[in-house]
Amino acid sequence: MNLTRRDALALGLGATAAALLPLSATAAAEDAIAAFTGGAEAGAGDLTLTAPEIAENGNTVPITVNAPGATAIAVFATGNPTPEVVVFNFGPLAGSQAASTRIRLAGTQDVVAVAKMADGSFVQTSATVKVTIGGCGG
Amino acid sequence: MISRRDFLQVSMAASAMVGASGFGNWARLAAQQALTQDQLLEFDTFGNVSLIHVTDIHAQLKPIYFREPEINIGVGGNKGAVPHVTGAEFRKLYGIEDNSPSAYALSYNDFSALGKAYGKVGGLDRVATVINSIRAARPDALLLDGGDTWHGSYTCYHTAGQDMVNVMNALKPDAMTFHWEFTLGSERVREVVADLPFAALGANIYDAEWDEPAEDFAPYKFFERGGVKIAVIGQAFPYMPIANPGWMFPEYSFGIRTERMQEVVDEVRGMGAELVVLLSHNGFDVDKKMASLVSGIDVVLSGHTHDALPEPVLVGETIIIASGSNGKFVSRVDLDVRDGRMMGFRHKLIPIFSDVIEPDKEVSALINEQRAPYEEAMGEVIGQTDSLLYRRGNFNGTWDDLICDALLSEREADIAMSPGVRWGPSLLPGDNITREDIWNATSMTYGKAYRSEMTGEFIHTIMEDVADNIFNPDPYYQQGGDMVRMGGLGYRIDITKPQGERISELTLLKTGEKLDPAKNYVVAGWASVNEGTEGPQIWDVVEDHIRKQGTVTVAPNTSVEVIGA
Repeated sequence: MNLTRRDALALGLGATAAALLPLSATAAAEDAIAAFTGGAEAGAGDLTLTAPEIAENGNTVPITVNAPGATAIAVFATGNPTPEVVVFNFGPLAGSQAASTRIRLAGTQDVVAVAKMADGSFVQTSATVKVTIGGCGG
Repeated sequence: MISRRDFLQVSMAASAMVGASGFGNWARLAAQQALTQDQLLEFDTFGNVSLIHVTDIHAQLKPIYFREPEINIGVGGNKGAVPHVTGAEFRKLYGIEDNSPSAYALSYNDFSALGKAYGKVGGLDRVATVINSIRAARPDALLLDGGDTWHGSYTCYHTAGQDMVNVMNALKPDAMTFHWEFTLGSERVREVVADLPFAALGANIYDAEWDEPAEDFAPYKFFERGGVKIAVIGQAFPYMPIANPGWMFPEYSFGIRTERMQEVVDEVRGMGAELVVLLSHNGFDVDKKMASLVSGIDVVLSGHTHDALPEPVLVGETIIIASGSNGKFVSRVDLDVRDGRMMGFRHKLIPIFSDVIEPDKEVSALINEQRAPYEEAMGEVIGQTDSLLYRRGNFNGTWDDLICDALLSEREADIAMSPGVRWGPSLLPGDNITREDIWNATSMTYGKAYRSEMTGEFIHTIMEDVADNIFNPDPYYQQGGDMVRMGGLGYRIDITKPQGERISELTLLKTGEKLDPAKNYVVAGWASVNEGTEGPQIWDVVEDHIRKQGTVTVAPNTSVEVIGA
């Protein structure tokens, strides 16, 4: 448990905010996703988003996206004040359509990845990443 | 839940495997009321491979009492499934008679009386005898240690784990994985691992900076036994930097990493592994989920959540073995591996009744050698107990209440917090409380007892956060501990609710008033994961308290109301 006063308070704000956020995408995140897809429906498909179930550090969460045949993959942190995280664009000479980065998460939330495929269609997937103030392991 | 009969049917249907458990043997012994070492060790050697599993020993070199949980609630898909079955229901499930040796070893009821009748359990010299006996029947049996070995006692703390390393080395394990070991600090872990005469495994131990597998720990090791190519893959505790102080091992990252596990399994299968064994510190429900997602694992030797199960649990074609904690049990798993696949198994969870199993003389001497420099200090009697002192269970145990009482009175606090760890042996009513006993329940490298002010709202937030680490319906979001123990504070918990809505009716016990979210309260606790925490060591706080009491009496805790179990 994180319990020195300063850290506890700092973390407490984050955790409290997280507890208030719904797990589903906020309106801002929905708007951001719609802006990327141009309002097109995004289905399920060959897109993987790898993220930790529980972040070791919410300030730097490693994620990987992979969508063979995609021309672009966008990542959204649906619970962040600014949901747009990154758009990876892949040119025709790209050896693979995969990328890794680290993102900052304001609290427990769904991270959403949307891939634009070569035929102009969109696929989407998401992962819940928990940002915790820590427990007490057995 | 897979019942005993269904279990056999499922295994037949799934893979035409032949499964058997040695459990029936020691259940029958109960009726005879005569337990001998030969009976405990009786086993018809089967197939061509034997695995021996020990895990979560928590540095208990000597026999101890260990009361299994009364409350161990399963959530989501694991509601009512083992290991979330306790007491009478557990005995009914496995056909265990009340008051039998198996009832004493595996359930909590009448623990004080049965403890006096059947005596202490564990002791690594007894464990050595069991291992030697298995090796006599199968000389090339693999001994695999699931971790939480170099933590949890007075001598372990004072030797930075060297006592356990020395004694375990004498048992000659073949591989090990890790959890609390890392709280010795990464430098010390690397120092020990460099000289370890067996494999230090962790496929999920990553370099935190580069997010790549760490070079200091191998993901797997190959063994050839009984003509079978065996790959043993390690999986360290996934949530180490969250549940324990990450600043003590900043170079490493962990995580469940299901995709990585599938890659490693595919890799060893590609290299010709005919049997894939996962030596895991995931915790039981996480192992079940991982076994359902990753294909190609034959046996999971499960650790971390301290469950002892007399029969394997089957997930697809994977068998999961749970071998208890604190040196109380050893699992033997014999396997028939032919034509590159596991065709059958025979299993026995062997309870280490310390008065029945003869200690191995060499290992006894080695244990005494480790303890000798500290015997005088740790043997000092601090007080006595009138009550059964135990910890294990989802909510406050009596040891926790005693620790919380110590924090409240010695640190002059309104509210106390004690971590919901699952280690810590039990003491029977009438027992002396020695310094060693206090350390068995409190020893750690970050044991300073802090004292600080927190708002009612923040206390609530902490409790919601910890509760979700236990009762999140998805096991991948669970950390495998129990609920934080609160002293001076009553509450209600509805485990079926989502995070933020489980905890209510927070009541300051000394006034009977509801906790005010805006008001500051003085909170005393220990085991903070933050660097630079200040205060006296928790074992000194508890010792001072017990010394003042002389004889401690801990009333049953009635301040936690559980809903939705």
